[in-house]
Amino acid sequence: MLRRPRTPGQTFFSRLRTFFRRRFLDLTFLGITLAVALGLLALLTAFILVLLNASRLAIDRFGLALLGEPRWAPSAGHFGFLPFIDGTLITAAVGLVIAVPISLGIAIFLSELAPRWLSEPLGYLVELLAAVPSVIFGFWGIFVLVPVMRTTIDPALASANASVNQALHVNIPVFTGPILGSGVLTAGVILAVMIIPTISAISREALRAVPSPQREAAFGLGATQWEATRISVLSYARIGIVGAIILGLGRAVGETMAVTMVIGNSDFVPTSLFSQGQTIASLIANEFLSTYSNPLTASAFLEAALVLLLITLTINIGARLLVWRLVRSTGGGGIE
Amino acid sequence: MKFDRDARRRVFNWIVGVLCFLCVVAALVPLLSILYTAFINGGHVLSLSFLVSKENNVGVCFPGDPASCSVGGIGPALYGTGVVVGLASLMSVPVGVLSGIYLSEYGRNALGRSISFFTDVMTGTPSIVVGLFVYATFVYIARTVVFSALSGAVALAIIMVPTITRTTEEGLRLVPNTLREGAYALGIPRYRAVLQIVLSSGRSIVVTGVVLAVMRAAGEVAPLLVTAFGSSLGFTGVNEPAGLLGPLIFFDATGGSSLLVSAAWGASLVLILLMLGISLLARIALRNRFK
Repeated sequence: MLRRPRTPGQTFFSRLRTFFRRRFLDLTFLGITLAVALGLLALLTAFILVLLNASRLAIDRFGLALLGEPRWAPSAGHFGFLPFIDGTLITAAVGLVIAVPISLGIAIFLSELAPRWLSEPLGYLVELLAAVPSVIFGFWGIFVLVPVMRTTIDPALASANASVNQALHVNIPVFTGPILGSGVLTAGVILAVMIIPTISAISREALRAVPSPQREAAFGLGATQWEATRISVLSYARIGIVGAIILGLGRAVGETMAVTMVIGNSDFVPTSLFSQGQTIASLIANEFLSTYSNPLTASAFLEAALVLLLITLTINIGARLLVWRLVRSTGGGGIE
Repeated sequence: MKFDRDARRRVFNWIVGVLCFLCVVAALVPLLSILYTAFINGGHVLSLSFLVSKENNVGVCFPGDPASCSVGGIGPALYGTGVVVGLASLMSVPVGVLSGIYLSEYGRNALGRSISFFTDVMTGTPSIVVGLFVYATFVYIARTVVFSALSGAVALAIIMVPTITRTTEEGLRLVPNTLREGAYALGIPRYRAVLQIVLSSGRSIVVTGVVLAVMRAAGEVAPLLVTAFGSSLGFTGVNEPAGLLGPLIFFDATGGSSLLVSAAWGASLVLILLMLGISLLARIALRNRFK
């Protein structure tokens, strides 16, 4: 900050005015912006404290035992979260298994293989998928995806599972049970569609951040395009890619409406991928409004929200630590 | 022998290329399917009266007269969305822009970096958790009425702030330092340099961030189920429940009657067209900025 030299002619009041105009307003402005920015940190802390406070009733009564309890029947006093934790983990895992290979394929195609005139519009279209609201994914899921799953994909998977079981004389219960169309598998598929834009966009940034001499060295050794990508680009960008996948996981775990609309909303631990189920988020969206008047039930829901918050915070902190420098250096503030 | 191996490598290279292209296609199929389904099912519902209807008289039939059934309209829901998202913007835009200014102009230190980091982390908070946080704050801390336009607006504001903060920060960082130095050289105080020169140079990106945040908020459902809840009248007061477009789609889509479903498709189409239009405009605005 430059300081104007004092001249002998200045009176006390003119100096005071100068101070007010330059230093005081400057400091006030800095103070206001700093206070607001610190307010963001306070907000994040308040999330945890308020939810902790509001769920005290359930925490005092049951503590963390709810996490392993398999029975959810609020009217009978059972508040087990296990079905929903299982549902959350299974749907997120299905989503990742489908989304990760596809997103990496997209990232490689757009960053390494496609010419610019093609990769720009295609990349934009993939990002558009992220602009579609969750409830519309769910609506589409009810009327398009669920029938397709019920009539085509589920029966095919069921017969494949049956023939594997028969051939190996085992009893793997992955694609078994009644075929309803809605259920954890369908929810996982919808999650996959929803997290593909996240994973592919950040992986693409990670690939873009690889310096070109890396590629040129591989080409110089006679590598094909794919070999150069595999040897020198993917290995160089792997931390960013892992971060992108974990960010996708965070999104999948917290996704609410689309899952709520296709998962079937059953409060039991899923026994196969065809089972109907419930995630922590869909539980809250489905049942909170019908039970919030009972204080103990309401505080159990708030404890579920707290658990979900802590899970997603952990996932997101881990992921952001991995992609921090990457997204930072490429100015990716608007990726989400 | 050597020739065979090279040929195999080239074929493999080609196969991987095709597979990667198919991945892009696989991601575009759901997008196109969603657009197609919404246009087919929602297109014929869409009309001026659907958009400006006085009531969400969705699926109302006079008894004994099937011809009187109409899909009604979404006028109140559009109005409610406008008011509640507007209220949320009034809260979130000043907070987001001011904190973004701090992060870009004063926050190039450990404190600024950690605030920036946790703001990014906040963008990953599930919106339903934000909803219950607002619910708990209204019920247990403020001890006031919770199913209201106000609580809905607060929840949406919390969802909007991190996006606005980070976009403002990134946008202002792109403003060249020479502009700031030029302002100081003219003797302009720092706060005025920031407000009048830096902010106005970076305003297109700041506005884009705000628009993207508004867009996300306009399509939200989960946090509103436990806050603004829903109302067939749209907006009737800050302490009354409010009806918004997103929850309307959810309730109508799962409501069971085919008229309700038609209305939900119409509402979805409106929302999709808004989203696509806005993100296209944001894209164009950002492109001109970066080139």
